[in-house]
Amino acid sequence: MTLNEYAGSMQKTVSSFWHGLSITMSHLFRRPSTVQYPDRTPLPVRDMLPPRYRGFLEVDAAICTGCQACERACPIACMQITLEKDPANPKQRLVTQFDIDEAKCMYCGLCVEPCPTGAIQHTTEFEASMRNIRNLVFRWADPLKPFPVYKVEKGAEFFPRAPLGSLVRAKLDAIHWDEAAVTYLPPEPPALPAAAVAPAAAPAAAAPPAPPSNPESK
Amino acid sequence: MLEHTQRPLLSPRGVVLATLIVATALPGALFGGILALTAATKPLMVAALIRRFVGVDPATWPYTTLVSWGSVAVLALILLTFGAVISGMTVWWEMRVSSRMQSRIGYNRAGAGGFLQWIADAVKLLFKEDLIPAEADGMIFRVAPYFVMTGFALTFVALPFGESLIAADLNVGIFYLIAVTALVVVGILLAGWSSNSKWALFGGMRSAAQVVSYEIPAGLAIMVPILMAGTLSMQGIIRAQGAWPWQWFVFTNPAATVAFVIFFIAQLAEGNRTPFDLPEAESELVAGYLSEYSGFRFALYFLVEFGNLWVMAAVTSTLFLGGWQIPGVGPETFAAARGAGDLPGAAWWGLQVLSMVVMVVKTLVVLNLIVWIRWTLPRIRIDQMMNLCWKYLVPFAFVTFVFTLLWQVLVARAPVLSTVTGVVLFGAFVVATFFFVRLTKANIVAAGDRVDMSNW
Repeated sequence: MTLNEYAGSMQKTVSSFWHGLSITMSHLFRRPSTVQYPDRTPLPVRDMLPPRYRGFLEVDAAICTGCQACERACPIACMQITLEKDPANPKQRLVTQFDIDEAKCMYCGLCVEPCPTGAIQHTTEFEASMRNIRNLVFRWADPLKPFPVYKVEKGAEFFPRAPLGSLVRAKLDAIHWDEAAVTYLPPEPPALPAAAVAPAAAPAAAAPPAPPSNPESK
Repeated sequence: MLEHTQRPLLSPRGVVLATLIVATALPGALFGGILALTAATKPLMVAALIRRFVGVDPATWPYTTLVSWGSVAVLALILLTFGAVISGMTVWWEMRVSSRMQSRIGYNRAGAGGFLQWIADAVKLLFKEDLIPAEADGMIFRVAPYFVMTGFALTFVALPFGESLIAADLNVGIFYLIAVTALVVVGILLAGWSSNSKWALFGGMRSAAQVVSYEIPAGLAIMVPILMAGTLSMQGIIRAQGAWPWQWFVFTNPAATVAFVIFFIAQLAEGNRTPFDLPEAESELVAGYLSEYSGFRFALYFLVEFGNLWVMAAVTSTLFLGGWQIPGVGPETFAAARGAGDLPGAAWWGLQVLSMVVMVVKTLVVLNLIVWIRWTLPRIRIDQMMNLCWKYLVPFAFVTFVFTLLWQVLVARAPVLSTVTGVVLFGAFVVATFFFVRLTKANIVAAGDRVDMSNW
């Protein structure tokens, strides 16, 4: 190390302190660029998100043709659609079930693309923490009041859709985060018992069964 | 789903009020306790108080020893609590400042401005499981935090708070401080060794290497104010300095200015502060020597780490920045305010409060400087750390040491020299501050922003 390098490194230290401290100090006197989510945002975050944000799915039953294209497109089968004939009018088909599990949904948007009328769309809604995850299954068709499928007129270029987000908002407002789990879904499959997994591993180890670690369990 | 959230316990105004009460009452009570007890536990004062309030002769009263020891015990408890509380508040302040320096908001949930966060953190840590790794050396692992805590708590014995406000004005004050802070590294080394973990061991060893290396420049730099004051006593060093900035040691001797920088850097290294936080470098060592700790023991390490900021700042302002000296108030004023009676008058207490305020303000300024440096500089490599110590700090510390010896001979012949140097160096400091503020403003403008403290 030459004397020049020795003095140079000291000079560099001083100047980097000088500039570095000034830069951090300048940030100290500026307004932070972050916002305090969720309670001090200038607008609700859903209104500040870009329109192409992929939040919760929303289905407008009024323009749903019941084609099930979305169900087929879903790569993880998070929706369940059932169609039945109207007992009063055999020519009319009814959607008796249209469940979307938003907890399973991976927000890929593949269901939105094949929809012929734009009935299924992503909204900018995303705030719905639930104590019971099954409450995130949104029922877009009431089984007791099934909705008739929409008939697309020839050459139609416009479909009267409810304002995007209003329907899912109403659903979210109707449910409390702490509510008991919905009961209309089939019960959760029981967790795989430990015994079912253990035998698979035991032969591989080819060892005598380990003595119970807890003496009290004898 | 904000509409459904539970109603908060307090209204926003109530939260601000509660925070203000905690933020003023807690340190206020502790500073008050320190003020009253550091002065009142001295033997003469105890005797005078017993004579005044019990109405007996303290020399023959059987409980005199009990009273004086009892008051010392209470003082010790208050100082320990002070260390813990100031450490918690420092955590809060540091997190706020660091977040602003990174254009974030930082703590904002518990109490106004997130002030009560440190209490919440402490309570959470106390309820955590005290986990001891199966392969750890259990006894040493359990004991290590207490070494660290003891090393920290003992520093408060010789830490000045005001003119007469010091638990014990030892005639070897600063030497004692260096000695007890070395206990911290014992705890860290024990923690690293007993954890039986690679990371903890690396952290402990690095810390030992770092602290032992930096003791040398720190010790030599401390020699400069000692030589200038001619005493090791903390109060003696402060009394040897004047109240005005140009009478502080840091400005009255060019070598002391360099020694101040060396001492400051060495303190950062000894306190394991960034840029010298290699022992707990989270990017390579998880958390270094405290990787395996949890719950209360972890909290103790954390408490010491942040409480050390206060100790570092107080020692720095004692050695170089004139301590508690009040401008225009000399020792005669204190003596006059004390009066001739057994017990000091109200004016004397007022002066004590004032000296405490001066000391606390200086300490907080230095503390902020440490925080500021932490959030400016990245961590240095271990070879750079050793380079800095042995190639730069140690030689320069020797130079300042020898220079000060000559300087003291010169100043003894021509006392005006120290005043002239003080004024010149202080002037240079003011000019540098001016240019620094200008640079900072330019940085703000260059970013297309303006000074805006509205969301502080």
